Amino acid sequence: MSAHGGELAGERAPEVAARLRLHGQPVAGAGDRRLDAEPARETVFEIRDVAVHYGSSQALGWTTLDIHRHEVTAVIGPSGCGKSTFLRSLNRMNDTIPNFRLEGEVLYRGHDLYAPATNRVEVRRRIGMVFQKPNPFPKSIYDNVAWAPRNLGMRAGLDERVERALRHAALWDEVKDRLKQSALGLSGGQQQRLCIARAIAIEPDVLLLDEPASALDPIATASIEELMHTLKHRYTLVIVTHNMQQAARVADRTAFFALDLSGSQRVGTLIEYAPTRTLFTNPSDPRTRDYITGQFG
Amino acid sequence: MALSASALRDRAPRTAGTPLRPSGNLRRRMALSRALEAVATAAALFAVALLIDVAVTVITNGAPAISFAFLTQSANGLSGGGIANALLGTVVMVVFGAAIAIPVGILVGLFLTEVAGPRSRLAHLLEVVLDMLQGVPTVVVGIVVFGLIVVPQQKETGFAGAIALSIIMLPLIARASQQVLAVVPPSFRQAADALGVERWRTVIGVILPAAAGGILTGAILAVARAAGETAPLLLVDSLYHPNAIQLQPFGNGVPSVPMFIYTTYDLPSVSGITLAWGAALVLLTGILVANVGARLMLSRTRRRMGL
Amino acid sequence: MSSIGSIGSRLRDRAGAHSSLGDRVMYALCATGGLIAAAVIAEMIYQVVHGAGPAISRDGLAFVLHSRWNPFFNRFGGGQGLYGTLVSSAIALVLATPLGISIGLYLGVMASPRVRAVVGPLVEMLAAVPSVIVGFWGVIVLAPFVAHHVEPFLHGALGFIPIFGTPQTTGLSLFTAGLTLTLMVLPIIAALSRDLFLTVPRELTDGAAALGATRWEVIRGVVLPTTAAGVAAAVVLGLGRALGEAIAVLQVIGGGHGISRNLFLPSDALAPRIAQEFLSPEGQEIPALFYLALILLVIELVISVVARRIAGRFSVHRTVTT
Repeated sequence: MSAHGGELAGERAPEVAARLRLHGQPVAGAGDRRLDAEPARETVFEIRDVAVHYGSSQALGWTTLDIHRHEVTAVIGPSGCGKSTFLRSLNRMNDTIPNFRLEGEVLYRGHDLYAPATNRVEVRRRIGMVFQKPNPFPKSIYDNVAWAPRNLGMRAGLDERVERALRHAALWDEVKDRLKQSALGLSGGQQQRLCIARAIAIEPDVLLLDEPASALDPIATASIEELMHTLKHRYTLVIVTHNMQQAARVADRTAFFALDLSGSQRVGTLIEYAPTRTLFTNPSDPRTRDYITGQFG
Repeated sequence: MALSASALRDRAPRTAGTPLRPSGNLRRRMALSRALEAVATAAALFAVALLIDVAVTVITNGAPAISFAFLTQSANGLSGGGIANALLGTVVMVVFGAAIAIPVGILVGLFLTEVAGPRSRLAHLLEVVLDMLQGVPTVVVGIVVFGLIVVPQQKETGFAGAIALSIIMLPLIARASQQVLAVVPPSFRQAADALGVERWRTVIGVILPAAAGGILTGAILAVARAAGETAPLLLVDSLYHPNAIQLQPFGNGVPSVPMFIYTTYDLPSVSGITLAWGAALVLLTGILVANVGARLMLSRTRRRMGL
Repeated sequence: MSSIGSIGSRLRDRAGAHSSLGDRVMYALCATGGLIAAAVIAEMIYQVVHGAGPAISRDGLAFVLHSRWNPFFNRFGGGQGLYGTLVSSAIALVLATPLGISIGLYLGVMASPRVRAVVGPLVEMLAAVPSVIVGFWGVIVLAPFVAHHVEPFLHGALGFIPIFGTPQTTGLSLFTAGLTLTLMVLPIIAALSRDLFLTVPRELTDGAAALGATRWEVIRGVVLPTTAAGVAAAVVLGLGRALGEAIAVLQVIGGGHGISRNLFLPSDALAPRIAQEFLSPEGQEIPALFYLALILLVIELVISVVARRIAGRFSVHRTVTT
């Protein structure tokens, strides 16, 4: 399976990937040219033969794939197929789960995430995460965003930093008059955008999103998706979603995971990884085709 | 979208390509965090060390006193003897007290979970009462029983001691029962209700048996707590024949292990001190064994209830 | 009395027309259990007030602050006991609060489930050691250690502060009583705060960790703020335990009379004085002892209500293991 995944990852077509913004807005101005001149070929994550075990049960089969800078990479698949496990392995959020064990290598910009010398806190400072259920702290809106920068000693220009983060998360206009009020008073969609603002306030390099819209209504979902199109110009985004349409709308590349039922255990496995349009229009694996045409999962 | 994409397009963070070692102020923050984690770990070790130190002190001082005779003979003043009568007296009073506190405690637990319902005002009120009961110092329990029983009878009795111990046990058992009853899976009740079974039959036939292990655990822990109580006995059951077995709590003072420890220790003799430590060793062993046993039983019950 | 009325109406709801005789009997029995618990509290208040009656009518509220205790001249006051109780409990709280919360954090946030399952019960077992044994340990182990090391050291280093005065040779002192109470309060605060820390939603701690926060930052930023009310209640419950302890304090406090700023002198406290004087009460002493019990009871009732109040949405109460 690893060879299969690697093969697919090797087939990448950078020009297609860079231009493949299915519903992306036309980008105005000089920036556009710069984007064109700099195809997103740079690799942020190289995942090499990664398997995850919880105790004696294996949650994720041998997975190999590359994730590219300034792209949105979607991870789709039926529930229980190891999508979240995979995502949480990218910033070591699984470490605190008892009996968690990871084999293989996760290279982030060439550095082994699981090397002994790697600092877990530093990893998460650079690779932020937004969770399925909005989880604002029971603090004010301002303090939610300012908390992490304060920890990091980014005290200079904190107000501006908070405003910038809220603007980038497309939340500023809605909350600018009530920054001191509790974040728990916000709607679900606002809370999730606050969580995104909170994550980008410390200027991470990568943003991992674990089904960020699954708890939200369609309008809030649309605003989160729209946000991803803009955020990817600055960050590298990896999103787990069980919603295929969402992956098709936001992602440049899509990885399809499914349960491998061949062995005695049900192990989540990477089936196919390709540019989103290819994966949805011309999947190379019959299981992918079955899934995207709604025949299983 | 209020923000144009070009405004977002920026250089990657300075740190992006560097090794994943602490950057910025992280070294200092990690040091602070590790230091405080070490303090917390040390605090936990300190508490365990305290327990070990108490246990070792009791064992080293008490072991010389322990013998078959120590457990089977009654006390004999300064010349030695054992704690058989004190041990039996403690058993009598604790059993008597538990015989009152366990049924009443279970009824209170049932009232909170089955009758009043967890969110009701009445349950809230009763919980306040239980909080208060548990907060009352045991010496005050003693003085209350003194006024209630000893003064009218003009006599300190094992009965008064047992009543005091039952008052101490009651809130403990009631709380423990409430906690266990509250986690009996609701499906048990619904299944019985669906069959049209009367509620009392469900309670006796399904709910109480399911909770029995947990309630028993609570009862054992409460009994272990009561068995070690000294202050109330000092007030209501301190006058007894120190060398005789007394199993009849009504109208008689009954000796007890805590009172034996407390009074023997004050006797002006080295052997008295050793006897007191020996009794302390027996008492502590019993209490800790009951604690460990009760906890093991609780984890077994939890597993059986699928928690 | 309104409670009894509402029990009645509640029972009518439950045990209404549809209920069988058996159900009604069961509801009545359970209600009786609840009534017994309530009656015990009422009886306590009555007994203590009744027993203290003569002392109340003689000395009134002045008793509370009057500090002499002389059975031969029938002069009684609770001031000195109250002082000893408050100071020894304050010492215990000052020491046990940070220690207990630290242990709670270790068990609730840091330790692996396996370690927690072993160390947690060991800490709780500290609360199961009977006071009479803790007291003897205090006399045999703690007091000499305090007399030879702790008190001389504190006196030498901080002697300019009046509370760290000249130590006695026995080590039986208000300070040692405070340390002994620390041992008894520690497992309560530790176990209750651990239980609170375990209720902090995983999403919140994960969310904080995902922002590149260190463990301490997660604790300070999320764990402690979200449980603060409950932890405060746990500390208050620990205080309640310390204020009411009789036997262990009696053994180590030294039985001194008079109020001194020096913590290293023998002193006395409310609960131990009741226990001790009851062995051989003189003349008018018993009503005065009941008065002391009344002071203690009032303090403890207030504490249980206060703890419940400040706990807010948390359900914090001492259990059978604390």
